[in-house]
Amino acid sequence: MTVLENRGSDPAASILPAQDGRDLGLVFTVAVLSFLACIAVIAALAADRAAQGWARQLSDSATIQVRPLGGESGPEAAARAAEAVAGVKGVSEARAMDRKSAEALLEPWLGKGNIPADLPLPQLVTVDLSPDHPASVADMNRALAAAHVSAAVDDHSRWMADVRTSGNVVRLSAAVACLLIATAAGSVVAFATRQGLAARRDVVEVLHLCGAEDQFVARLFQMRFAALATRAAAYGALAAATVGAILRLTGGSDGFSPALPIAWTDLLACLAAPALGAIVAALSARSVAMAILREQV
Amino acid sequence: MRYGQAPEVLRDIDLRLTPGSFHFLTGASGAGKSSLLKLIYIAAKPSGGRLRIFDHDILTTPRTDLPFLRRRIGVVFQEFHLLDHLTAFDNVALPLRIVGQKLEQYQSDVIELLDWVGLGERLWAYPPTLSGGEKQRLSIARAVVTKPDILLADEPTGNVDHAMALRILRLLVELNRMGTTVVIASHDQDLVARSGMPVLHLENGRLSTQPAAAPRQFPDDFDSFPETGIL
Repeated sequence: MTVLENRGSDPAASILPAQDGRDLGLVFTVAVLSFLACIAVIAALAADRAAQGWARQLSDSATIQVRPLGGESGPEAAARAAEAVAGVKGVSEARAMDRKSAEALLEPWLGKGNIPADLPLPQLVTVDLSPDHPASVADMNRALAAAHVSAAVDDHSRWMADVRTSGNVVRLSAAVACLLIATAAGSVVAFATRQGLAARRDVVEVLHLCGAEDQFVARLFQMRFAALATRAAAYGALAAATVGAILRLTGGSDGFSPALPIAWTDLLACLAAPALGAIVAALSARSVAMAILREQV
Repeated sequence: MRYGQAPEVLRDIDLRLTPGSFHFLTGASGAGKSSLLKLIYIAAKPSGGRLRIFDHDILTTPRTDLPFLRRRIGVVFQEFHLLDHLTAFDNVALPLRIVGQKLEQYQSDVIELLDWVGLGERLWAYPPTLSGGEKQRLSIARAVVTKPDILLADEPTGNVDHAMALRILRLLVELNRMGTTVVIASHDQDLVARSGMPVLHLENGRLSTQPAAAPRQFPDDFDSFPETGIL
């Protein structure tokens, strides 16, 4: 029987001692950080999707508020306005909003049945724009002026800007959160590496006396903590994916809520956590180990 | 040489080890034997003067080059410095793994060497389960497995019986015959005297040299100890 066979499945026995209880704290901490990072990314993806959806809806439509002139009634003016813009290039459809639809818009604020029949409501025209080449506000204003309709066209650009800003803030916040979490993870691993080198000073001394270069010793700690962080990050990612899946299931067709429409594909982001955890831990452990080793004789 | 602000441990040392030489290093406890060995295996740097190892001035040699010099020096530590979490096999293989050898390359050499030092049946034993003598032999096996240019041994026969002491000395002599420079720090005056080898004597941090004395007085069968095939 060869030595390889005698040694079982581990032909390269670890030069560093096996992990001990001190590593459990690090595993827990990295797992929690991984969980938080994954939740932040899932939330950011969902919020970004909501923002994009809202922005798309706003960009594909416009609203025209019509002011009746002379003896013309509101519905008549709205109908003329709809007819005028319907022929503009880049307008798919223009509809004068009837009173019932206008009341429905006010119901969330005034309550159902609380709108008096004689309450004057704005005469609105909803315009669906071509997604590829939407008509401009100027084009629609020209058409309305030509039809002698007094109206104000709102292409929702102010709301779109707010929605896009909100989406950017959410994305940036998630990126900053992930960066801070990665920094925290790196700091924790750096601290653990420092502790590990101090605790294994005897091993490091023997390795040096046997001719090991600093890079060799640093690589041992790098691999140790990268493996540990991979495992810990996988635990955290699994927990986050589970929470995301529960929210997705309980949220029905909306995902979780209209503001956080979690999609199943969002959970795939958790797959990156173990690899990223390993990279952060490896870089941190190596840089700290090299810095400490360079201080020695 | 001094440690921190402490008094000098070694002073006015003027020593040149000729390649292929064999020396015993003697002196009372605290005379500086271990410190002198530390200087030679580059675990410490002199506080003054000059230290050249393999034509490299250690005080000016870049730190990144030191490991390559250390690889040419085998050390048998008085306290063994074995790694308790590694088996006897892995402890001996450690210097070879450090230089990048694969298991397939070194396994037969390591087994043969361990067999030669009488640990053939303890390949997979961990140091805490070994006796002092076994640890000593394991430490020697690790020190010589790379066939170093210089072998430094701090009390290598301190924990073994007389027969094993002779066997170990036989190994060191064999290494020396192959060109390895050997320095053995020892309290065993009888072994030193009977070896007939030159002696470096330390007293109060100062070194004196005594040339080879009487011819060797080892047992007749000293030279008939089995040779280590790997050396």
